[in-house]
Amino acid sequence: MAEKLLEVKNLKQYFNAGKPSEVKAIDDISFDIYRGETFGLVGESGCGKSTTGRTIIRLYDATDGEVLYDGVSVHGNKSKADVKSLNQKMQMIFQDPYASLNPRMKVLDIIAEGLDIHGLVKNAKERKQKVIELLETVGLNKEHAERYPHEFSGGQRQRIGIARALAVNPEFIIADEPISALDVSIQAQVVNLLRDLQKEKGLTYLFIAHDLSMVKYISDRIGVMYFGKLVEMATAEELYKNPMHPYTKSLLSAIPLPDPIYERSRVRTPYNPDDHKYGPDEKVEFREVAPKHFVLCSDKEFEEMKTQLK
Amino acid sequence: MQLDKQQLPPEKFERVVIDTDSAERISKPSLSFWQDAWLRLRKNKAAIVSMVVLVLLVLMALVGPHLNGRSGDVQNLRHANLPPKIPGIEKLGIFNGVGELGGQKLDLYEVKKVDEYYWFGTDGLGRDLFTRLWEGTQISLLIAFIAALIDVVIGVAYGGISGYFGGRTDDVMQRVVEILIGIPTLIVVILMILIMEPGITAIIIAISITGWIGMSRIVRAQILKFKGQEFVLASRTLGASHNRIITKHLLPNILGIVIINTMFTIPSAIFFEAFLSFIGIGLQPPAASLGTLINDGYKVMEFQPYVLLFPALVISILMIAFNLIGDGLRDALDPKMKD
Ligand SMILES: Nc1ncnc2c1ncn2[C@@H]1O[C@H](COP(=O)(O)OP(=O)(O)O)[C@@H](O)[C@H]1O
Ligand SMILES: [Mg+2]
Repeated sequence: MAEKLLEVKNLKQYFNAGKPSEVKAIDDISFDIYRGETFGLVGESGCGKSTTGRTIIRLYDATDGEVLYDGVSVHGNKSKADVKSLNQKMQMIFQDPYASLNPRMKVLDIIAEGLDIHGLVKNAKERKQKVIELLETVGLNKEHAERYPHEFSGGQRQRIGIARALAVNPEFIIADEPISALDVSIQAQVVNLLRDLQKEKGLTYLFIAHDLSMVKYISDRIGVMYFGKLVEMATAEELYKNPMHPYTKSLLSAIPLPDPIYERSRVRTPYNPDDHKYGPDEKVEFREVAPKHFVLCSDKEFEEMKTQLK
Repeated sequence: MQLDKQQLPPEKFERVVIDTDSAERISKPSLSFWQDAWLRLRKNKAAIVSMVVLVLLVLMALVGPHLNGRSGDVQNLRHANLPPKIPGIEKLGIFNGVGELGGQKLDLYEVKKVDEYYWFGTDGLGRDLFTRLWEGTQISLLIAFIAALIDVVIGVAYGGISGYFGGRTDDVMQRVVEILIGIPTLIVVILMILIMEPGITAIIIAISITGWIGMSRIVRAQILKFKGQEFVLASRTLGASHNRIITKHLLPNILGIVIINTMFTIPSAIFFEAFLSFIGIGLQPPAASLGTLINDGYKVMEFQPYVLLFPALVISILMIAFNLIGDGLRDALDPKMKD
């Protein structure tokens, strides 16, 4: 079995904890990400996917639980050197290509920011050289270095954001809905770039998305989130073939296909959490219904699912 | 059909290949935000004219008091109450030293046997009004400059710290602001005068106490807006220090709004000083400011309108110029007009 790169254990993130406005953005989730894989995290808007990504990368302090990167805890008091090394190993690509680049900085300086912070280049010439290399890696060219973000299209900006993340040679990249703000025609371009980079550099991805249509092609394993909880986790193939949780089924039913005959008969199944009819003393837990296939369910549902899968 | 085939030669059916390199090319010349803003500002005639006028006024405020070699506080009772007389223009029938004396129109320079020229006339104590006008403009501009400085230094720092660090710091700082904003500036000035001499120091202290609050609120709101933006988060995930985030990411993005706001602070400070001096709790004689000059002129408005005319003109032009420049800058710098 592959080596665990990231372990998320019972992670909780409550905003405004203790106040009436408390939001349980993440409510006790656990999963592992293996080195070299793409882990897809899917769920509707507002279910806590971005918060999960941002908590993993230390933008937020976790309310409770643990995140281990390479066996080392990410949160809590850490030495400056440890923080620096984590910042270099873990990087993030953001959702909004218009908000993720500083409008007052040249592309050169945007991409070189990581180089400057971590002292990865010795002089201005080397800095520029490195930035040009990065631009070429993401399919742009050197004349783009002297330009400002507003001159670029959404897809180009997203690639600049990727180049910025790559500048520090990360191992693990959190991609927070990197394509959902882009034109469909550009989405494939960015996804293919991410895939090529993964092959070339052996990157590990946490790929966040709000629907399953693209994720199921690019992920090795997928976690489905609903209101701050993971409701199902399995390999992409297994999840697609044997979705167990009704919410996963609902997400799958929402994917359109370019097939008019199928589309005519496609029925969207809505998900209503009340349909579970959990009793007051039923324990709803994350259980392994099949090897590497986990579902959030009660005892009764667990038995049903197991028989279904036989 | 035969004919059609002949008309469409095979070389017309060559495949067109998309050159990805040229697809990524941007042909527009690269412009930074500031270059772009300057281009837009340049098109705004009112703002440009205002800038020229403002530069002229500032120059006059600096060199004006030394132009005719007279000092603004020297009294010469023999030369009191002279109307304006300007060499060259006097032949046109204006500024020729003619004023009213005992209901008659007379050349007062001849009557008083003065052969000097007082370009803008003299006041009741025989002080040269030209010199005093530019000295007064100097004081008004000085106060404007100090108010702008306080706005930028205290206002930006206070709002910036409050917004950036947030949490408890923000809570405490905002409560302090709420208390300060509840005290009318006029009350502060009057309290100041109780414990110190009325004058420029008292006015500056009064402005320092409350003048920066508007700016601090604007800056705080801007910082709150920008610090959650993804480009700042990206910088944080790269491990940027607070220093770097503030100087490279936050300040450059709020600078436009700070400049615009300063441009509107300046005229209100000028007006505030003039108002205080006019009602008599600002600058005290013999010091001149536009406010005291207008006050002097107001008292003799019916008989010697020129005493009021020149300072009133200068303050009006100053206010209009600063406001037009502020408007122009807002149009040029406001990010909402962009993209
Ligand atoms: N800084 C914050 N303060 C308070 N609530 C927040 C904050 N960030 C996110 N939330 C709330 O947490 C929930 C999850 O948000 P998010 O992780 O952005 O969802 P997603 O990325 O899945 O769309 C939402 O209800 C959102 O309103
Ligand atoms: Mg999100």
